[in-house]
Amino acid sequence: MAQILSPLPGTFYMKPSPEAAVYKTPGDGVAIGDTIGLVEVMKTFIEVKAELSGTFCAYITEDGHPVTAGQALAEVEV
Amino acid sequence: MNIERLFIANRGEIAVRIIRAAKALGITTIQAYSEGDVDMLAVKLADEAVCIGPAKATASYLNIDAVVQAAIETSADAVHPGYGFLSESPEFARAIEKAGITFIGPSADTIERMGDKVAARHAAQAAGVPVVPGSKGRIDRVDEAVEVAARVGYPVMIKAAAGGGGKGIRIAQNEDELRSLAPQAAQEAAAAFGDGGLYIERSVTSPRHIEVQIIGDGHRTIHFYERECSLQRRRQKVWEEAGADCLDDATREHLCGASVALAQSVNYRGAGTLEYLYEEATGEFFFIEMNTRIQVEHPVTEMVTGFDLVQEMIRVCGGEALSIRQEQIKKTGHAIEVRLNAEDPFMQFLPWPGKVESLKIPQGEGVRLDHFMYEGYQIPPFYDSLIGKLIVHGKDRTEAISKMAAALDGLEINGLKTTVPLHKALAKDPGVASGDFHTQWLEPWLDAGNLSPQNT
Repeated sequence: MAQILSPLPGTFYMKPSPEAAVYKTPGDGVAIGDTIGLVEVMKTFIEVKAELSGTFCAYITEDGHPVTAGQALAEVEV
Repeated sequence: MNIERLFIANRGEIAVRIIRAAKALGITTIQAYSEGDVDMLAVKLADEAVCIGPAKATASYLNIDAVVQAAIETSADAVHPGYGFLSESPEFARAIEKAGITFIGPSADTIERMGDKVAARHAAQAAGVPVVPGSKGRIDRVDEAVEVAARVGYPVMIKAAAGGGGKGIRIAQNEDELRSLAPQAAQEAAAAFGDGGLYIERSVTSPRHIEVQIIGDGHRTIHFYERECSLQRRRQKVWEEAGADCLDDATREHLCGASVALAQSVNYRGAGTLEYLYEEATGEFFFIEMNTRIQVEHPVTEMVTGFDLVQEMIRVCGGEALSIRQEQIKKTGHAIEVRLNAEDPFMQFLPWPGKVESLKIPQGEGVRLDHFMYEGYQIPPFYDSLIGKLIVHGKDRTEAISKMAAALDGLEINGLKTTVPLHKALAKDPGVASGDFHTQWLEPWLDAGNLSPQNT
């Protein structure tokens, strides 16, 4: 099991927009470079990309909640 | 003035600025803050502070119910909204008025009217203020477009009547171009918005952004001359000046007089700014919008006129008559402000919400830093990236630019990436020195690689 970490502090979102579906659901494949979420930092949205491949397990941060740099956002089975 | 307890419904550097003005007037200050702003400077400086909700702005600084409730619970008799957030929300102003609290700004009705682009344009026209000439309404036939263009003059901009966001905008230099471009624009508008209706207006070439500062007491309005804010990136002002050296005296008087006439026609109360596009080639200016609040760049006006605009807006909104007569306002020298953002200018301006490890502030006559930093302060990532504004005042524009260069050299903000290197490069740039720029100047300048670690 590996974790995907937030590159920056900010607010985490697991969807590209409030109406959209989440980027990943448990069981989805994860490839290197896949976007798994967004971090809003100072009104700018930064895509969080996977740096490993495997199978998506779960988000471990709530949607729309503050995160710190380096905080674990999701778990991936590698 | 009947204000004793002022509630500050904002954060960052403007909250600090408002606290200083209120203290000078002997008013008790109550600072609102979110859970993400517990450590901010304004909370430390204010007489009292109250938490209004979670870090997320929609749950705190933009939450009308939470802000109004906090103002009532802290027995505030006035609310200063600063800029951004709820400062131009008629719903907020109305809720404050309804709670029997003084809003430091115009009435909710005036905010609503000037915030509506069409209504503001009508108000400007009624007061004799020039607006960008264009079609009265939607245009469906090419011949109609040609008639309008002949009236407003080429080049013209062809826009989709429905929608916005720049989609389908084309510029025609003459009738032939208009006849070939209008059908394309109509087709694209139909595809994008399901409506092929067009809108034609005069295209302002290489526009400069010029704005006029006014303050009204509900009966009388005065102006504090103009500012030029043409150096912009992504429609955000980067570098601002007072005055606009590109204007001759006759144009300046006309512009300032028109601004007073417009503000007066709506019985304006508080500080406001009228924004214009200025076309240097023809010497024409066109009203674009009015901001019904204090602006980020107000300090350059304070530097050249010597008046405290934030104190004055609190006084007039507190029921006093203007304390200043127009004849007393004289413009002395030239002032420049640069916006300091926590962004990395060498990495596409990526936000950089770091911790201020150490801070060295340039000193000297005519140098001012409006900010909310202190050593050890962690800049929160939840709000915009503005961390401060460096302002200088010189006897003329040339001296102001060299003073800015020296002040930037004397400024040290360690622990974060900031836009200081951008301003150092601009202060050295011959194009900036010549003053020959417009609102479309800075982005191509950046794209051309003019900003590098070597020239900062």
